[in-house]
Amino acid sequence: MSDTALSGPKSPTARNMFAALQLDTRLLGMIGAFIVLCLVFNVVTDGRFLTPRNIFNLTIQTVSVAIMATGMVFVIVTRHIDLSVGSVLATVAAVMAVVQTDILPPILGLGHPAIWILAILAGVVVGVVIGAFQGWMIGYLGIPAFIVTLGGLLVWRNVAWFITSGQTIGPLDETFTMIGGIGGTMGETGSWVFGALAVAAALWLQFTSRRRKAAHGFPVKPVWAEITMMVITAAAIFGFVWVLNAYDIPEARLERIFEARGETMPEGIVMGYGIPYSVLLLIVVAVIMTVVARQTRLGRYIFATGGNPDAAELSGINTRFLTVKVFAIMGGLAALAAAVAAARLGFSTNDIGTLDELRVIAAAVIGGTALAGGVGTIYGAILGALIMQSLQSGMAMVGVDAPLQNIVVGTVLVLAVLVDIIYRKRTGD
Amino acid sequence: MDAPLVEMKDMCISFGGVQAVDHVSVDLYPGEVVGLLGHNGAGKSTLIKILSGAYKADSGEIRINGKEVHIHSPRDARAQNIETIYQTLALADNLDAASNLFLGRELTSPLGFVDDDAMEAETRKIMGRLNPNFKKFHAPVKALSGGQRQSVAIARAVYFNAKILIMDEPTAALGVHETQMVAELIQELKKQGLGIFLISHDIHDVFQLCDRIAVMKNGQLVGTARTTDVTDDDVLGMIILGKCPAGAIPGPGALVDDTVVG
Repeated sequence: MSDTALSGPKSPTARNMFAALQLDTRLLGMIGAFIVLCLVFNVVTDGRFLTPRNIFNLTIQTVSVAIMATGMVFVIVTRHIDLSVGSVLATVAAVMAVVQTDILPPILGLGHPAIWILAILAGVVVGVVIGAFQGWMIGYLGIPAFIVTLGGLLVWRNVAWFITSGQTIGPLDETFTMIGGIGGTMGETGSWVFGALAVAAALWLQFTSRRRKAAHGFPVKPVWAEITMMVITAAAIFGFVWVLNAYDIPEARLERIFEARGETMPEGIVMGYGIPYSVLLLIVVAVIMTVVARQTRLGRYIFATGGNPDAAELSGINTRFLTVKVFAIMGGLAALAAAVAAARLGFSTNDIGTLDELRVIAAAVIGGTALAGGVGTIYGAILGALIMQSLQSGMAMVGVDAPLQNIVVGTVLVLAVLVDIIYRKRTGD
Repeated sequence: MDAPLVEMKDMCISFGGVQAVDHVSVDLYPGEVVGLLGHNGAGKSTLIKILSGAYKADSGEIRINGKEVHIHSPRDARAQNIETIYQTLALADNLDAASNLFLGRELTSPLGFVDDDAMEAETRKIMGRLNPNFKKFHAPVKALSGGQRQSVAIARAVYFNAKILIMDEPTAALGVHETQMVAELIQELKKQGLGIFLISHDIHDVFQLCDRIAVMKNGQLVGTARTTDVTDDDVLGMIILGKCPAGAIPGPGALVDDTVVG
């Protein structure tokens, strides 16, 4: 990303050509590690790991932790930590479950189409309020985030218990359960349309960015480098859609779908699942969080405060209120994650989200978020969540004992951070 | 002479019973460089942080162009065109030059998003003036040398049309060449009519750059003097002993007959 790579001699050595693409080498390393991991599991499981069915399951299993990991990036970047997200998730899931099974049906009638959205809204409000409250204690009262959220870990887990009187609440509203994963997908056509829109948006962004840079007279990438990036982007998006579409809905289930519509199933019809709504939600969250991180003052201030809190304050940034905002965002995302987790189970249970705080922190850290603050990316955290989930489910497929699985995951976490430290020392980033 | 650009009258601030700044009065005229001198812990940085909004004074009055102002935060200070270059530089190490230059005052597009390209363009312009060798516009500032970092910090002060500039040890971390660069810049800003408070430990720097000096000791003002009216030794005596020489105007902290007044 240095200027010398741009203005340097244009002799087409392999190294220069690679530099001209201006790729994030850190991201490439993570993707490389992920691909190696998948290939190894695929060989050990005789090709069962990289089937559309397993990839589909991996994506929906990752969503809940990945959504929270994007918020954890902001928390860790500002030099804080949030140990309460798993418990907040439980409280919010309990609220959403009670709202849609006990409170709304008597008012609106069972199965009313507005129930799911009102339940989610109620949950998000609760999540944001809890997060903001914890952020206020951290920012304005000066209690360390570790302590506030460690308290929150105990408090919210048991508030959830009181809300539900310790019972499992369910079954949840049918529309609501569609954001859980396999119960709600976009179908093949919808997924292709979405993929095409995503590719168009990506190309348009790349094009306008180049035009803007050129208008300011900045050095821009060579045209061939831009085109290569466009092709890679498009291939990645369409490849993703293709894999999820390739997972066919089982015949018995298709039959039920047609029955529910009052139609008879045509002979020999095959339909793929496509992109699950939960994955769509994750994509939307990832895009919004990335825009916030890079293109808004809020994001700029989050990173500045993480890099040098004194400098941020002397620049007139209200770092206390910023802490409240960061934890409120985290709470809101925990609420969305709660909706996905509860919808996936179809119930709200007492132990929902247990140990999620550790998975979320591990995902953010494996994804390159530095606990020292100031450094981290949204896509890194999502990739970190995906790597963790792949490790876990891959080992389960291979038949590794549960205790050994945890030993491996713990070791990988520490090793990943070590590699990151060595990488940063070498590159001076 | 015009009205003073800055007048700080009877400033007091204490931290947990320690009187860090004790009834200090200083002033600054347009196109003038006033050096603030004293030992570590004499209260110079504290005094200046009151003006830059980092601390709030317990008592005292600040006048800008003869009008009383209340500075409660760095934003208030900026609104009065007071810019500060801190000893510790106050840069966010993980961000690039443009993000630091505009920190807290980002340029935004019509939709309200930060406009990185516009900020980079402005940064390239001003750096071209201040430090034409500066090329690392995309690197985080922690990858920059001391002089490059200093030029980012100075660019930040200059870009926003400061009328009053506070420099806290601007040359402490710099090499000979870079110190020269800062010295030339100070001369240029003086010509443009800025008033500059300069905190420094380097007596040589002070005599080269400053028109007047104000010496502090134990939170009190020893005295002020024109650099033409006093010698190096006089100034050292003021700093170390609190002794006010003949050419200086004594303050409340000056030593008179071996006893401190006030």
